[in-house]
Amino acid sequence: MTMLGKKIATREAYGDALVELGKENPNVVVLDADLSASTRTSKFAAQFPERFFQMGIAEQDMMGTAAGLAAAGKIPFASTFAMFATGRAYDQVRNSIGYPGLNVKIGATHAGVTVGEDGATHQALEDIALMRAIPGMTVIVPADYVEAVQAVKAAAAHVGPVYLRFTRGGVPVVFGDDYQFQLGKAALLRDGGDATIIACGVMVGAALEAAEALAGEGLSIRVLNMGTIKPLDGEAVIKAARETGAVVTAEEHSIIGGLGSAVAEVLGENCPVPMKRVGVPDVFGQSGGAGELLEHYGLTAANVAQRVREVVGRKA
Amino acid sequence: MTDKKSFLKEKARQIRRHIITMTGAAGSGHPGGSLSIADIVAALYFEIMKHDPANPNWPERDRLVLSKGHAAPALYAALAEAGYFPVEKLVELRRLGSMLQGHPDMTSTPGVEASTGSLGQGLSIANGMALAGKLDGASWRVYVILGDGEIQEGQVWEAAMTSVHRGLDNLLAFVDYNGLQIDGTVTDVKSLGRVADRFASFGWHVLEIDGHDLDQILEADAKARETKGRPTLVVANTVKGKGVSFMEGKVDWHGVAPKPEQVEQALAELAN
Repeated sequence: MTMLGKKIATREAYGDALVELGKENPNVVVLDADLSASTRTSKFAAQFPERFFQMGIAEQDMMGTAAGLAAAGKIPFASTFAMFATGRAYDQVRNSIGYPGLNVKIGATHAGVTVGEDGATHQALEDIALMRAIPGMTVIVPADYVEAVQAVKAAAAHVGPVYLRFTRGGVPVVFGDDYQFQLGKAALLRDGGDATIIACGVMVGAALEAAEALAGEGLSIRVLNMGTIKPLDGEAVIKAARETGAVVTAEEHSIIGGLGSAVAEVLGENCPVPMKRVGVPDVFGQSGGAGELLEHYGLTAANVAQRVREVVGRKA
Repeated sequence: MTDKKSFLKEKARQIRRHIITMTGAAGSGHPGGSLSIADIVAALYFEIMKHDPANPNWPERDRLVLSKGHAAPALYAALAEAGYFPVEKLVELRRLGSMLQGHPDMTSTPGVEASTGSLGQGLSIANGMALAGKLDGASWRVYVILGDGEIQEGQVWEAAMTSVHRGLDNLLAFVDYNGLQIDGTVTDVKSLGRVADRFASFGWHVLEIDGHDLDQILEADAKARETKGRPTLVVANTVKGKGVSFMEGKVDWHGVAPKPEQVEQALAELAN
């Protein structure tokens, strides 16, 4: 049964996929830091209480404990909000997990401004940048429920540390049941020759909407879903630049260090073309409704479309 | 003296000699806090822990997490003496491309169980291992060595709660209480109060020993094994720089390597 068009938070996929993994693999264990109802790990906890570790409000300890579990052969999913997973416990993620390349999966929910009313202290906007800078860390930002379920399973199958980024709020399902997530590969959602929009997470829906609007203006726009930020599918980025001549990135993250930066690094070194990054400018978030905040920071189909018009105008 | 005790004393002496030789050759490193744990490390690797140097990844082995990672020379010396790698490798400590990194790296060195060095993280890692052992119904045990200054890190107390909350009686933690840290005495820098009382108030089974008395170290382990339902913490009262007269009790020897003539003098003192 297809879920196309339905709005579901990707954290729901995290909770559901963990339950499936728990049934498939007895080595899968889950840790949470007093947010299991919010991260949806409570579903796993209910079914596999002996493999669920409630760590209390102690994210640093949780990451270290996950490292020890992994060192002894388990596949731990350490779960909390993106802010605390990457900010509070950065040193533990870097040194206890990343440096020895331990098989820990970090399930980070409530990323970005769509956390909403809780405000800036809870809105991780630099988590992708922090995780991307750790050698050997795989960074995945699923676009919808369908991709998120597959991404969690791909993370479990991959040996090594993985950072998974999920949303608090509902995002429209853009993938059909036939979609197959491939770690490290971009997915072509719409082909076109005039420019490319490379998006991840909640911005994939906006990217598709922008492309549709631009089609009405006679512009044919390629849309790539970049579900894996690291390792980045540089080949798809270069191909898009060569074939369409202009690139716009779109992400619910700071314009510093995230998808836009990763794409700019590849383009700058291999195939410079007119480019624009849509993301949160170099500021902290604030309280507000998720939709209002997306609008406020320009994380909209209209803004993405406008940036596409600009880069197309700059093409030689 | 029993054969066992004289054997362990000899191992501790060899470990101390290696610490001096290694840090002298490297021209940097942390001899003081390495020397203070030499007896504990000797007791662990040559009597207490079941392990197999020929098979470092043997699933049933006991594990040591050296949370005070800067004491890596003591760990490396014990591993080399046990046969994990040739003793001749020890002088490569801290060199470019060496398997003996300045702080323990579990991916570089056979026998090293955790990558440590950023202080305060080892007890959490040890808890994770102990939890995995419990899940698997395994009989192997987990050991961890913390520095005294190190327990100023907040994560240690997060982890201390976890160890008790989870009833990790397969875990034994040593606090190497040598009383000195980089900037001075632990009391002056930030007092720890009564360490034994603090851990006891968290629910730990706590013992206090002379960390250079091998009988007391072995006895503490035996008591830990008998204690069910909670982890054991051993406050090991030690002397920083133990065994080298000019280093003993001197904070200056926390992170400074001996010069060639000092190496010579130290080795002479540790000759037998």
